[in-house]
Amino acid sequence: MAFSIYDFSSFTRSIDQGLNQVMSPGWAVFTELAIIGLVFILFYAVAGLYLVYAERKVCAFMQNRLGPNRVGIYGLMQTLADAIKLFMKELIPIKKSDKFLFHLAPYIVTIAAFMSLAAIPFAKGLHAIDFNIGVFYVMAVSSIGVIGVLLAGWSSNSKYSLIGAMRSGAQIISYELSVGFSLLTIVIFSGTMQFSGIVESQANGWWIFKGHIPAVISFIVFLISSTAEINRGPFDLAEAESELTAGFHTEYSGIRFAFFYLAEYINMFIVSAIGATVFLGGWMPLHIGGWEGFNHAMDFVPPIIWFFGKTCLLIFLIMQFKWTFPRLRIDQLLTLEWKYLLPINLVNIVIVAFLVLMGWYFK
Amino acid sequence: MNIGEYILSIFRGFKTLLTGMTITGKYFFSPGQIVTQKYPENRKTLKMFEGYKGEVVMPHDENNHHRCTGCGICQINCPNGSIEVFTNKIETAEGKTERVLDKYIYHLDMCTFCGLCVKTCPSKAIVWSDKFEHAVFDKRKLVKQLNNPGSSLNKEKK
Repeated sequence: MAFSIYDFSSFTRSIDQGLNQVMSPGWAVFTELAIIGLVFILFYAVAGLYLVYAERKVCAFMQNRLGPNRVGIYGLMQTLADAIKLFMKELIPIKKSDKFLFHLAPYIVTIAAFMSLAAIPFAKGLHAIDFNIGVFYVMAVSSIGVIGVLLAGWSSNSKYSLIGAMRSGAQIISYELSVGFSLLTIVIFSGTMQFSGIVESQANGWWIFKGHIPAVISFIVFLISSTAEINRGPFDLAEAESELTAGFHTEYSGIRFAFFYLAEYINMFIVSAIGATVFLGGWMPLHIGGWEGFNHAMDFVPPIIWFFGKTCLLIFLIMQFKWTFPRLRIDQLLTLEWKYLLPINLVNIVIVAFLVLMGWYFK
Repeated sequence: MNIGEYILSIFRGFKTLLTGMTITGKYFFSPGQIVTQKYPENRKTLKMFEGYKGEVVMPHDENNHHRCTGCGICQINCPNGSIEVFTNKIETAEGKTERVLDKYIYHLDMCTFCGLCVKTCPSKAIVWSDKFEHAVFDKRKLVKQLNNPGSSLNKEKK
């Protein structure tokens, strides 16, 4: 079996061929789907738990505390223990709630997270599904999550949940525009919506460098609006624990609450991964056009490390936003989107289109 | 708002955001400033800060002398009756009657650590100690006699 840390396509192809030899093509496809599903469920759980751990550690260090440090060395097993506790907790039934929607909501949020996870290129050839409209697909499926949030708020039959869900609806629908437009600038630069194509187009430099000022502007807009889209502080009006107890998931307990909580952290991973892929080159090593020796040295670092390194950098930034900035009011939130980010983005897109037309960017 | 002000406000906003992020970033990258005490591990070296109210104790000097005259002001001032002072009347050699402390009972289980007893003591006979590990299995152990057996009043003037 050919295995290389630098290129996974031969590895995945050999698995495909091996399966096709032992079973019929239909069953082979089915088995592959099952394997990929299992891998993603495992990744979902592990990444979610360790992002919670990372968040608690980062927030603790920013507040001169130690954070979890009792369960396992450096508290590494803390979130695992939390997950076991949540598994065992009672699921409290809510009287006068809409039972069906109440039970459905966490799964919709989780499914949305899974669907966008599928489109992320983790390394060369390590890509569950490579749509030719990848960016568009991620934009579309990531907004399914808001339906889950709205359902949770509505079906709980609680004022806190409903207010939280309504705020979340207003927020996500507004900020989706900015996320879309900021990704669109890079789509204009690279001329493709396919994630693998976008990554390949950054072989001679990441778009944030090649696209100079407009790319930096759209990167900043992307960071701000994606932080808002995943309902994280300073835009966590939907949860706002000091005002709404826990917002849309007030009435959820046990493992259903854990689904929301995990999905929130996985969404943070997804937006960071998309940001890293589109603006910072994804798994592409740091290449500078013309510097052959430097580029060759950078190629020795495996692409998967590049990808996770960049993603972790963005995750850290998003965490730092949460633990630095105070929460916005709902009117400030909408002002920021409709009076600042959207006009800036629109002007930026016109500028980018002009730059691409004239060829005034680093090729 | 004209367009110049609009653009300026964006940059001003970014400046304040960056100021905040510098502060949290500085804290994040300076682990020496962490204030958390790892309590059970550092039990040997743990030093409580000045003015810490652990429990009320009565210090005795090397001759087993304390400073309590048994006046009972602490007992009167205690808001929840956690101090009981028992005194004896004795006849001195010169033929005077004198009040001496017999038992100074301190109910730690009733104490709210307000510190009024220590504050009002005229002869500074009781002080706060920094011992804070009070958990016991039997609550009778929380009723303490503060004067050592056989101790007597330190008659020297301070």
